[in-house]
Amino acid sequence: MNQPAVEVVDLVMRYGSVTAVDGLSLAVEPGTVTAILGPNGAGKTTTIETCEGFRSPQSGTVRVLGLDPVADGRQLKPRVGVMLQSGGAWSGARAYEMLRHIASLHANPLDVDALIERLGMQGYGSTPFRRLSGGQQQRLSLAMAIVGRPELLFLDEPTAGLDPQARRATWDLVAELRDCGVTTVLTTHFMDEAETLSDLIHIVDAGQVIASGTPQALASSGAKNTVRFTARPGLDVEKLMHALPHDTKVDEVSPGAYVIAGDVDPALLATLSAWCAGEGVLTESVLVERQTLEDRFLELTGKALR
Amino acid sequence: MTNLDLSPSPGAAATQAMLRSQVAMELRLLSRNGEQLLLTLVIPLMLLVLGTHSNDVVDLGKGRSIDIITPGILALAVLSTSFTSLAIATGFERRYGVIKRLGASPLPRWGLMLGKIGAIAAVEIAQLTLLSVVGLLLGWDPHGGVTAFAQMVVLAVLGTAAFGSLGLLIAGTLRAEATLAVANLVYVLLLVGGGLLVPLSRYPEAARHVLELLPSGALGQGLRDTFAGNGPGAFSVVVLIVWAVCCGLGVSRTFKWE
Repeated sequence: MNQPAVEVVDLVMRYGSVTAVDGLSLAVEPGTVTAILGPNGAGKTTTIETCEGFRSPQSGTVRVLGLDPVADGRQLKPRVGVMLQSGGAWSGARAYEMLRHIASLHANPLDVDALIERLGMQGYGSTPFRRLSGGQQQRLSLAMAIVGRPELLFLDEPTAGLDPQARRATWDLVAELRDCGVTTVLTTHFMDEAETLSDLIHIVDAGQVIASGTPQALASSGAKNTVRFTARPGLDVEKLMHALPHDTKVDEVSPGAYVIAGDVDPALLATLSAWCAGEGVLTESVLVERQTLEDRFLELTGKALR
Repeated sequence: MTNLDLSPSPGAAATQAMLRSQVAMELRLLSRNGEQLLLTLVIPLMLLVLGTHSNDVVDLGKGRSIDIITPGILALAVLSTSFTSLAIATGFERRYGVIKRLGASPLPRWGLMLGKIGAIAAVEIAQLTLLSVVGLLLGWDPHGGVTAFAQMVVLAVLGTAAFGSLGLLIAGTLRAEATLAVANLVYVLLLVGGGLLVPLSRYPEAARHVLELLPSGALGQGLRDTFAGNGPGAFSVVVLIVWAVCCGLGVSRTFKWE
């Protein structure tokens, strides 16, 4: 078994009376993309910044590439790429200049011009940081994170404020980095981002990991999927339920509109068709609804605004 | 489209290369910053030129105005760079996450510090050279020869240590806007009444005893004594060292990197 790229065990972090991280544990496999998904204030940034060595754990342990991010910071810094949530450049520094400067601190940086071209930054290379748009600042920040050719990458909300094209470009880049062997840990509150990019998702709420799994596993865990179909009103739902697997529920939610809730698989659909054929019932608009990651996320973290 | 090899190849640049890059970056930013240039070059130059006739306005004491004012202007140049300029720049670096960003890079924290010291040294060398030359062109007649200029370098180093650590003490604890306000206010106060430009002997007795304990009074008086051919008084040197040590300890205990 490989040593995890990142290992957080029982991390606790408090700011005054506020507990930002409350006994959080997670592990990141090398060469994977891991998303830390959670609502605002869930403790994502505090966790990731502790892994980056900006804070010492108040309780619990954090190991990054097998090292202590604070005590072994000097060894770790060159190996780890960091994208901060905001800022990170002199307000008067020009985009190229800033990127070149960060590149110059590394032994084998990426070719800066090629990176600029790849990220579509050619249009604003000589614009001072303070005059860049939010999305342009984000892209520069991403460029600064990867220019040193790190083996581990921390991205804190990498696509916040980006337009759809730039988001896609960022996703493509993260996927390519993984193909090249880079491990990525990213925080996000975008479901589609976590779902598209990551091998593993940790859903974090109130400073704890409340669910972990692959995007598919997370989406299909918890509440079952549903099948909606319409047919003539007044079918014998009890009889149908008996024909279907044990813990499947059938309801006629309105005359002629039926909902089957349960473990929806091809066998269930075949049984439904066979039963309807046997009853001489013509089904219309059979609709299988898979629970999405977003359903699961809201189910786990609640719908209250924060 | 150029191919990018994104495969990991981590490593820190050589320390010297990192430091060179950091100093060059700081100097480039400084050279583009109008307010900083005003503070570090334009104001001292203006005061030097105006100061040649300052005895008509303020009684600076016995001797020619230019000989009294030039050492004070050199002290002001040190103050502007090592205190005001450093404090403001560092305050905004904290605010904009620059220190955090560099903290995540291979550049060690002492490298960040050395980068700042290197940039300050470069600016002060330019300031002291330019102001001395302009002073000489305006008729400044320094005593003490080469020794006096060597002593000036020592005083400038001590003054920079004292003012610089005071500046970092402010920048490392206050918000950026508050740092901006305090750093400018202190600059003006010390310029007008801190014993920088006006010889301590021209102040009332009570004020003089306070001012000679301030780094501004110590540096100003130290440089005036030096260029009068007497060398810097031991008292001035001790005052600067005490300030540097106390503020330095304060910085190491209170400075917040973000």
